[in-house]
Amino acid sequence: MARTITATPSPPMRYIEPHAHMVSRVTDDYERLALAGCVAVCEPAFWAGFDRSSAAGFYDYFRQLTVTEPLRAAKYGLQHYCWLCINPKESEDVKLATEVIELIPPFIKNTNVLGIGEIGLNKNSRNELKVLEMHVDLAARLGQLVLVHTPHLEDKLKGTRLILDVLKNERRLPPERIIIDHVEEHTVRLVLDAGHWAGMTLYPETKCTAARAVDILETVGREKLWLNSACDWGVSDPLAVPKAALEIKRRGHPEAQIEDVLFNNPKKFLSQSPNFKLD
Amino acid sequence: MNRRQLLDLYFLEARGKLIDLAAFLDRIERAGGADDHRLEAFRAALHQLTRDAGGKPRAETVLLLMSDPTVEPLDHAPAKGATGAWPGPV
Repeated sequence: MARTITATPSPPMRYIEPHAHMVSRVTDDYERLALAGCVAVCEPAFWAGFDRSSAAGFYDYFRQLTVTEPLRAAKYGLQHYCWLCINPKESEDVKLATEVIELIPPFIKNTNVLGIGEIGLNKNSRNELKVLEMHVDLAARLGQLVLVHTPHLEDKLKGTRLILDVLKNERRLPPERIIIDHVEEHTVRLVLDAGHWAGMTLYPETKCTAARAVDILETVGREKLWLNSACDWGVSDPLAVPKAALEIKRRGHPEAQIEDVLFNNPKKFLSQSPNFKLD
Repeated sequence: MNRRQLLDLYFLEARGKLIDLAAFLDRIERAGGADDHRLEAFRAALHQLTRDAGGKPRAETVLLLMSDPTVEPLDHAPAKGATGAWPGPV
């Protein structure tokens, strides 16, 4: 019989985990999230660590995101939402991407789908750009929110600029309905100045540490920023968000600021989707 | 927080990271062999840390120094991963 939590001992805060790849996590992580005060977890479609051999693999993955994961999360009192796409790491194959994108519209009808994501770029190639444009067109046609992945490490700056160019040319999508994720010090202003929301991912080595994320909050403001763990099958921490809350507190900021960044901001952005309803 | 409070909060952690960096460079040097674009970028970034930044944020400067500065998309993705520093035009 699955373990269920019937009573949680006064969580220190409530928060939303806006980016977590729970299909890669053990069930114990749902329990840890719930105990830390998480009320909802949002899961963008991503790379499995290997390339799927056909669109059928994505069909099964979308069923996992829309049917299986909400049930796993519910056992711990967590709401589960998801985003659908073919991720940038598999976007070099335009034929496969076209087939996968054709699978998406029927899945959009599921009540836990928030929009199209995490789309974007990986190595900033022409094919990746073509698939990004196809996703953006799909989101515009279906009136969906968009979550954008920016490339890793040395490719992030160029990729962010290319992504912003694509989005600037798509007038059907208001910038405030798009969140651009994995920003760091050199890209956060580019994103915010374009009118988008920005996500900071808390990774120990390859993205933001908690201390750097708080630096960014202090220097650019917290109005359109959120924090996420992006926990997946790699080096990552599903409790990175509550740990960052502790960092904000250690810096002497009031609890209200923590509530803004960890709960009110993601709620405000995600509530633009009619499917996002906190119980 | 004032400077003293931030030092109280972060100095030991930063000191530990600084010694780790020193040990990393010693380790690389002991190993011998040729440098590559990552180590060259790393050394250039270290140089930036010790300069008078003139108010320019150092973290952003280091990130920019490691970044691909070009604007044209690649004809095809050469691989999936990133090395952490731009190797130059392919």
